[in-house]
Amino acid sequence: MDQTTSTTGQPAADEPAGAPTPGRALGAPLVELKHVNKHFGALHVLQDIDLTVRRGEVLVVIGPSGSGKSTLCRAINRLETIDDGTITVDGKELPAEGKALAELRAEVGMVFQSFNLFAHKTVLDNVTLGPRKVRGMNKKDAEELARSLLDRVGVGNQAEKMPAQLSGGQQQRVAIARALAMRPKVMLFDEPTSALDPEMVNEVLDAMVALAQEGMTMIVVTHEMGFARKAADRVVFMADGQIVEEAPPEEFFTAPRSERARDFLSKILTH
Amino acid sequence: MNDYLSGLSALWEQYDVLGAFWTNIQLTFWGALFALVLGTLLALMRISPIPSLQWVGTLYVNVFRNTPLTIIMTFMVMGVWTALQINLGSDFSTNFFRLAVVGLAVYHAAFVCESIRSGVNTVPIGQAEAARAIGLSFLPAARLIILPQAFRGAIAPLGNTLIALLKNSTVAAAASVSWETSSTMKTMLEFNANYRWEIFGMFAIGFVVLVIPIGLATTWLSRRLAVKR
Ligand SMILES: Nc1ncnc2c1ncn2[C@@H]1O[C@H](COP(=O)(O)OP(=O)(O)OP(=O)(O)O)[C@@H](O)[C@H]1O
Ligand SMILES: [Mg+2]
Repeated sequence: MDQTTSTTGQPAADEPAGAPTPGRALGAPLVELKHVNKHFGALHVLQDIDLTVRRGEVLVVIGPSGSGKSTLCRAINRLETIDDGTITVDGKELPAEGKALAELRAEVGMVFQSFNLFAHKTVLDNVTLGPRKVRGMNKKDAEELARSLLDRVGVGNQAEKMPAQLSGGQQQRVAIARALAMRPKVMLFDEPTSALDPEMVNEVLDAMVALAQEGMTMIVVTHEMGFARKAADRVVFMADGQIVEEAPPEEFFTAPRSERARDFLSKILTH
Repeated sequence: MNDYLSGLSALWEQYDVLGAFWTNIQLTFWGALFALVLGTLLALMRISPIPSLQWVGTLYVNVFRNTPLTIIMTFMVMGVWTALQINLGSDFSTNFFRLAVVGLAVYHAAFVCESIRSGVNTVPIGQAEAARAIGLSFLPAARLIILPQAFRGAIAPLGNTLIALLKNSTVAAAASVSWETSSTMKTMLEFNANYRWEIFGMFAIGFVVLVIPIGLATTWLSRRLAVKR
């Protein structure tokens, strides 16, 4: 519990009484999806999804293109609406719109494939914006927090630059710091390294592994098997809008049970 | 030759040409200010998540963009002032001037709105999603993230709207602002037909001199302030 308080930004008060010991022990359910359905027109992108992510758990979502992984992530942050079913974060169901939704979104950090740093603001302002405008933190405290987070992901010396002056790997690490600055309860990553040049992938994955080791609850859409093996508690395999298989990473990669997963893995492994 | 020059300078003495231009500059300034405020509000409505607001914004733009300015200006005097008895100033000239400013503002607000919307289209959708993801609701996200970038992407079309507004300010004649340039020019022509080319030239050059710097400034600004992505 000590390790989660300052570093991952999880307020201590969120830990249930008699919290599990630090390490990989998992807590109570934090994100719960029940019978979630979503259509894009005639396309049934999420089909009766049931998924529970526990506090401190690192979940990797893997699956072929178009299987609905991004939609799943975006639905948890309500960047996409769902047709039916429920999604709860820390026991609270996602509100439809307005202030309550904005508040809940602030508790869910999101890291996008294309970084999406605010292009007209410095790196430091990117990170302080949320704490100041959403949390009402004063400038000095927000900058202190931002600099410590930027240091943590290894871009502390870039604070005064504009996003366009940074490499992709640096931008993505700033995006991670920006999300962490809201002290989220859970972090969502949607293919955070797939827009990066190969030599920059590891610097971002290292930051994510560190975050996982500090006890952050994470849902990560990625095809990086190294990351999954090193950091994930569980792998979820999606295909055609359904969760086809769930297993610990080692088990999933060495002995996938479903035909779809075997087929998919053989394709990404032969490359 | 001497007669010619002294005639010209008498013309210059008799008519307040610079004052007329100053009137158009003032009309443009106030018109632009109010059009910018109203146009920004309309753009906000059009990009808002609330369908009824979007609808109002769209309706406004389509009505005002497609109504001739002369009709709006005439309406300001014959409708708003004469029929509805709405006074915007204590004396006639202040009243007509303000009615003309309102007419210019409501008309050009539609163009400002569309300029800003074109600027909004230069902002990648991911910027809005990232803003929402850190917990900003629509208005703060628009104010802090979308509009600042949209304005910087809209400087060129906004500059064009400003140039149009300056030239269109001569339509204030239709709102009885009889001391502005086009009215002054007409009076001068009526009584000094022998100098007609000089009079035309004087006013044309006056506008060119005002418009060119606006064009240069907006081109320079839009390059300088462009958001690097
Ligand atoms: N806004 C949208 N409108 C219509 N269809 C969409 C929209 N967004 C996604 N889709 C479709 O929904 C399906 C699932 O998309 P999604 O982006 O969730 O897949 P994904 O698993 O993330 O794929 P990838 O690995 O390519 O990122 C795809 O067929 C996609 O074309
Ligand atoms: Mg995707």
